[in-house]
Parts: sequence; structure tokens; C-alpha cells
Amino acid sequence: MSDVATKPRPSLWVRYTSSSPIVVTIYALILGLVIGALIIVTTTPAVLDAWRGLFSSWNGLPHALNVSFNNVGAGYREMFTGSIVDPQGFWHSLVTGKGWPNTLTPLSETLTYATPLVIVSIGVGIAFQTGLFNIGANGQAVIGGIAGVAFGSMLHMPTIIHLPLALVAGVAGGMLCGALPGVLKAYTGAHEVIVTLMFNYVTYAFLLFMVLSTPFQQPGQSNDLSRTMDPTAVLPPLFGTKSGLRVSYGVFVAALVVLFAWWLLNRSSLGFDFRVTGANPSAARASGINARKVIVVAFLISGGLAGLAGVVQVASTTHYVDGTFLIGNAGIGFTAITVALLGRNRPIGIVWAALLFAALGVGGRNMQSTTGIPLDLATVIQSAIVLFVATPVLVKEIFRLRNVSTVGLQISTTGWGS
Amino acid sequence: MRLELRGITKRFGSLIANDQISLTVEPGQIHSLLGENGAGKSTLMNVLFGLLSPDEGDILINGVATRISDSGDAVRCGIGMVHQHFMLVPVFSVTENVVLGFEPTKSFNRIDYNAATEDIRRLSRQFNLEVDPDAIIENLPVGTQQRVEIIKALSHDAELLILDEPTAVLTPQEIDALMEVMRSLASAGKSILFITHKLKEVKAIADVITVLRHGRIVGTAEPTASESELATLMVGREVKLTVEKSPYKPGDEVLHIRDLVVLDDRGLVAVNGVSLTVRAGEVLALAGVQGNGQTELVEALVGMRPVLSGTITLHGRDVTHLTPRKALDAGIGHIPEDRHRDGLILSMSVADNLVLNTPRRAPFASRGTRNLAAVSENAVRLVKEFDIRTTSIEAPTSSLSGGNQQKVIVARELSRSLEFLVASQPTRGLDVGSIEYVHHQIVEHRNRGNGSLIVSSELDEVLALGDRIAVMFEGKISGIVDPSTSRESIGLLMAGHTMEATSV
Repeated sequence: MSDVATKPRPSLWVRYTSSSPIVVTIYALILGLVIGALIIVTTTPAVLDAWRGLFSSWNGLPHALNVSFNNVGAGYREMFTGSIVDPQGFWHSLVTGKGWPNTLTPLSETLTYATPLVIVSIGVGIAFQTGLFNIGANGQAVIGGIAGVAFGSMLHMPTIIHLPLALVAGVAGGMLCGALPGVLKAYTGAHEVIVTLMFNYVTYAFLLFMVLSTPFQQPGQSNDLSRTMDPTAVLPPLFGTKSGLRVSYGVFVAALVVLFAWWLLNRSSLGFDFRVTGANPSAARASGINARKVIVVAFLISGGLAGLAGVVQVASTTHYVDGTFLIGNAGIGFTAITVALLGRNRPIGIVWAALLFAALGVGGRNMQSTTGIPLDLATVIQSAIVLFVATPVLVKEIFRLRNVSTVGLQISTTGWGS
Repeated sequence: MRLELRGITKRFGSLIANDQISLTVEPGQIHSLLGENGAGKSTLMNVLFGLLSPDEGDILINGVATRISDSGDAVRCGIGMVHQHFMLVPVFSVTENVVLGFEPTKSFNRIDYNAATEDIRRLSRQFNLEVDPDAIIENLPVGTQQRVEIIKALSHDAELLILDEPTAVLTPQEIDALMEVMRSLASAGKSILFITHKLKEVKAIADVITVLRHGRIVGTAEPTASESELATLMVGREVKLTVEKSPYKPGDEVLHIRDLVVLDDRGLVAVNGVSLTVRAGEVLALAGVQGNGQTELVEALVGMRPVLSGTITLHGRDVTHLTPRKALDAGIGHIPEDRHRDGLILSMSVADNLVLNTPRRAPFASRGTRNLAAVSENAVRLVKEFDIRTTSIEAPTSSLSGGNQQKVIVARELSRSLEFLVASQPTRGLDVGSIEYVHHQIVEHRNRGNGSLIVSSELDEVLALGDRIAVMFEGKISGIVDPSTSRESIGLLMAGHTMEATSV
């Protein structure tokens, strides 16, 4: 047919009111913030008091609304200034040329948190695209961190060799840890969700063993604390140590990872095999793709990136690991699963999602210390956003969006059955 | 029940799926709605069943204008629908599925299974719908599952049954049984709307035929109309129902299968000592009722199923134990039986699907990086050459009609340099126009002097394409015959009679 022409680009209005995956994600973000606001209103004692006084004076309602808006506004303002920039401080710095480190600290903190998160999330996203659920990214990152610290603290050499070596050690550690579930799935059919999930516990135990035994433990210490990396092995701060800004050269590592992942998924033959296998394993087999190879290689890459994230995390912040490394709220390997989902498993999408999560986390801490609204609100907002992204139908109903395919949104939920 | 549609119009944006459709179904009438895929048949049925609301027009039931706003309304109005893809819960029993959503209850809200089972027995006696009420759905053959759907509709006192492409998934025997059921329903006064694109069935069963094209009614016909008249109405141009082939000039042996034994998924012998030869310039058609080992034979040929014993040679080269990759590289083309499962990545673009099994071959990639310009160029060329109707080469394959999806596969396979083509049910579920096209391409491939093995459970297709016809029964070749052989003899071979028995 001759009518193989590109369709005209729809108008801006149509694009913002149609349910394309990106639009749905943006509206999900708005809904997440609305839910956060409702929670602030219903849990902050000052606001509740104002509502209790609704009928006790003639201006009860305006007062209650006013207090509500003030509290929500303060919470979100602190979240914003704590994670991105304080406009007043920024203006002051711009005019006087002073105080830049202070002004940039929130952004620096957000980037510091986002850097390893981007790397590990891309690893998880690549596995998702292949139809594999890598729930063990956190464990792989732990192993990466241990390997990085080991090579960074126990060997001594110039930066030009030492830093790359530490990073490569982290990648290798993560790969090793990722290869095991991959091989088990490819050759025995063991379900990767179970295996990777359980491997997290193995890696925690290994971490505790390492930080409590010579020669990895900090000499002269009886606590669960490792040696400290040599200055030649760490990722130095971008603006020098004196600036006090923690954001490190790790952002360049993350940028390289984004470029690599974009090439892998969109331009490489291997990535094509990954995507074909992820979308339809049966057709992949009929098309001559070796499923075992694809599973193992995808897990090697996914694990390797998780390991890299682990070593970047430690080499740009603490320079040592302890028994709580990447545990609990710091478990970026688990956050990565939701970040990859939010970013729809695409490198650029993941960058935005990771920045958002990092900003909510960092800003949430600022909000807690200045307004007393608990940090958990940030987690609630994160969760609400992901829930809305996972239910595009609901978002479409709420905002009355035009019906356009939402296939792209659901793609990351395939693969459980295989 | 007397159903009348008056001026039904349904638009999707700028697309008019149904344009001023008016038709009447009389009580006890089998009214056939004939049309190609995408002609608007399903849209119309969804309007009638309350799944879509019409933009204009009225639905009259027994002369009374009725608003049907959801499927519950439709059921209460006495309309029952049997979908093309069954809406049954596979792990539930027949009874449970039939009562689902409309459970008869006794005291304390307990489901009255006995009453339901009685009801099912009564209906199956009345309409020859033989089914065991206690059987679990997933253990039942497709034809029986369909009967359950019909019983389910009848149990809600349906007076009008909509059957949406009911024969697409059935074997020839099951089709015959379904026709019997339809006749007995009609004689009991039930109206039937029968949606299909198969001309033979329409002629065999319909009382009235309405033909739909591009959302409009383009004509009505009597069942006495010839198949080519119906096809012309349906497609809008003259359609060749027979395939023109150049004279049969068999060349050298291309493919040689000897004593092949292959197991099925359950580990039972599916192919039991099959020997076949295919020559250059020849189409060997493999006939047989589905499930007699054809699927396993094809899978063994293309490297997707291990061979237990026996040999396969291609141009004298042993290709018995190849991986799918090696079989592809050896030049064996494959049009799979289930195109959605094995042939396409529906979420990916037409362009990507056109290089699905050659993504690393020059010029589509070099040193591990894909050359997207070459992939697009290839797609633009093939879309034109094979007349694939798509809005863009970047459109997801899922947006194409079934016929065009199949064209993508045919284009992909026939555009690489093939030594041999294996096609399994190449026209299943396709409309007349697409069938004509796919057949034409297969014959072209043969006319160029290549060998092909075509597996089909449609006797028409086997007779149209085959230069020789091999019939498979229970894993063995029960006979190899000439295409001039009568349908009856081939039918007997398909039922397991041997050559000697049939020639008597």
C-alpha cells in the first residue's frame, strides 16, 4: 500500500488529554501529591484542631481551610526547598555571589542519592524488558559494595588504576551474584523471583560475616565496620572536598550507564533479543533466539549494574560498609523495582523516576526536620504514584483522558508466569 | 424472537464502523452476517449485546424499541452471545460455569447445583448438546466447550443467539455437530445470528445472508447464491477461489524424511515412523484432522522439537537435530500454526517483526549494533511488495488485522532466501481476500522451483494447493494421493482407513 505515511503529529491539547503512558505518569504524580496533601490534612494535629473548631466560631470553615492549606503548603515547600533549591537562597547567592555551597546542597544531596539508584534501576529495568524479575538487585549491590571496598581498601595503587579497578570489582561481584539465579533459571527452570529474593538474605549474611572478620574488618575495631577505601579508589566530589557538596563523579558513571543501556535496548542486536524474549518467549524461540543464553546474559548485565550501583554508593559517600549497608530504607535495590516500573523500564524514563524518588526522599527528610510531618509521607507519596501508574484505567477515569493504547504501561507486568 | 435493527450507526472517532445498518431476524431463522475481518460485524454484535452504545439507530425486540445499555440488559431481553474466544473459567466444572453470575440459590444463599445440573441435562437433551455437567472445562475439547457456552446462553432463556465466528476453532467434525445443533435450535423457534466469513458454512446453514463491507450492508443473498457471488459481494471485487498453478514439473528431491519418530509434550509418540519426500517445484500438502501429529512433525522440521529417531535431509544434508537458529540458517522457512504465539511480537513494530528471525544478518546489523535504516528500508519494501495494510511501519503489529499480520509473516519468510518452506495452517482465521493472497504467494514460491510442505486441516486448502496430498492419521501417513482424488476418499484416509481399504 502506498498509504504508509507517518500520521500527522497530534496537537498539544490532544496529547495532554490523551492517555499516552507519559501523560498517565504525569497525572499519577499529581494524584500522588493530592493524596499526600489529604494525609497531611488528616494527620497533622494543628490541622485537626482547626477542623474541630469548625462550628465554634463564625469563621470556623475559612480558618480550618486556611490552616489546612498552610500546612500542606509548608510541607511541600520544605520538600521542594530541601531537595531541589530554596528560591530565596538561590536569589541571594546569585546577587551576592556568596553561599553557593549552601544553596546547592539540596540538589547535591538529591543527585548523590539518585546516582546509584539510576544505575541499579536500569539494571532491574533491563531484566524486566527481558521478562525477568530481578528482585535480588539489592543483594547484588551489597556484594558489589563489598567487592569495591575490598579492592579499594586492601590494594594500594594510583588513582588511574585503583578507581577503575574498584568499580570493575563491584561490577564483577554483582555479576557473580546475578549469574547464579540466571544459570539456575536457564538450566533448571528455578523461578528467578524466588531465587533472587532468597539470595538477598544470603548476601546480608555474607556482609555481616565480612565486616566482622579479618582482613576485611577495620583493624582494631570490634564493631561491624569494614576498612575504609583509599582516597585513590573513591569517587571524589565534583566540586572538591572543601565545597562540602557530596555529589561526586559518580554522576558521570551513571550517565555512561544510561548511554550504554539506551544503546543496548534500542540499537543492539543483543537488546533486540532481550526485548523479543521478554515480549514473547515462544516466538523468540521460534525465531532462533537461544533463551538460555539470553537469560544468563540478561542476569549478568542486570547483576553487574546492581554491583556497580553498590560500589558507586559506597565510593561516593561513606567509603566503607557496615552491617546496615543498604538495609531498610537505604535498600536501593528494592526501590529500584518501583523506579524501573515508574520509568517504564526505559533508561531516560528511569532517570526521571529516580530523580523524583531521590527528591521525595531527600526533601521528605527536610520536611520532617522543619515541619514535623513525618518522613513516611514521602514513602506514601512514592507508593501512591506507583499505584496510580500501575492502574492506568483509574487515572484515565479520574481525568477523563481520551483512550489511547496503554500497552506500554503494562509491559513490565508480563513475565510472572514463565 | 423477532429482532429488528434500524439504522444503527457507530463511529470511533473519524472511523465509521457501522453505517446505517438495518436488518431483521425472524423467529426460527438462521440469519448469517457475512463479511471480511474489519467489516464491522463484531462492532454490530457488541452494539446488540450492549457492550457498545450506538450513536444512532434503534433496536426493536418483537416490535418494541429497546435500549440495551449493558450485557445484563441483553440477557434479560433474551439475547445470548457465544463469543469467538470463550468466556469460561477453565478450572470450574460445566455446571459452575453455566450458573456463574446467575446462581440459583436455595436456603441460606447456598447455590442449588442440583437444579442447575437438571437444567443442563434438560437443555442438552432438548437440543442435542451432549455434555457432562460435572466435567471440568479445561479437560474438554474445544467443540464441547462451545456447547457449554451455548447451554449457558440457553439457560438464561435466550431467544436469540449470537454466534461470533463459531467455527474458527473447530475441527470439520465439530463443525458438522454445531450445524446440527443450530438446526435443532432454529426448529425450536430460536433465532440465530451467525457471524462468519466462511462461504461454505453460510451456504450450508443460513436462511438469509446479509453481507457487510466497510461498515455498510452491501447486499443480501439467498443461500442458493454461488460462492463466487458471495465472495465478490464480500470483498468488493472478483475473487479467485481456485488457485492458478503452473503445470506440475517436479524436480530433484529437496526434503527427505525417513522413519521420523517425535514425541509430544506429554512424552507420547506423536509422529510414528513417518517417511516423506518433497521435490523441487512441488507443494506436498499434509492433510488430517488436527492433533494427529502434524504439529509435532512441523516442529521437528524447524528444530523446535527433538527428534527421537529417524532422519531429515535437506538437499542431501542432514538437518535432523538442528536448533531453531540452525534450521533458519539452513534455509527452512516457517509459517507457524499459531501466529500470535510463535510468529509475531505483537507489541513490536511491523518493521521489527519483518526481521524477527534475521536481526543479525547483514545489512540489518553489524558488529552487534542494529542498522535501523536498513530495517526500515526492508520494511518499506516488503510492505509494498506484499501489500501489508498498516498505518506505518512503526505501528505495533497488534494494530493490524489478522490477514495483514499473516502477511507480515509470509513476507518475512519468503523474502529471505529459502531452501524449503513449511507452512502450518497458513490461512487459519483469515478472510477470503487474504486467503487468496497467501495462497498466491505460496504457489509463486513453488513456481519458482522450490519445495514446500503445507499442513492444513481444511480440505479445500489441501486440494487447492497440493501437488500431492499426504494424509496423516495417529502419527502415521495413512496415504499419499493425487489432488484429483475425491473428497470422500481423502476423508476416509483422514478417519484412519488405509489406502487398500479406500481403493476398493
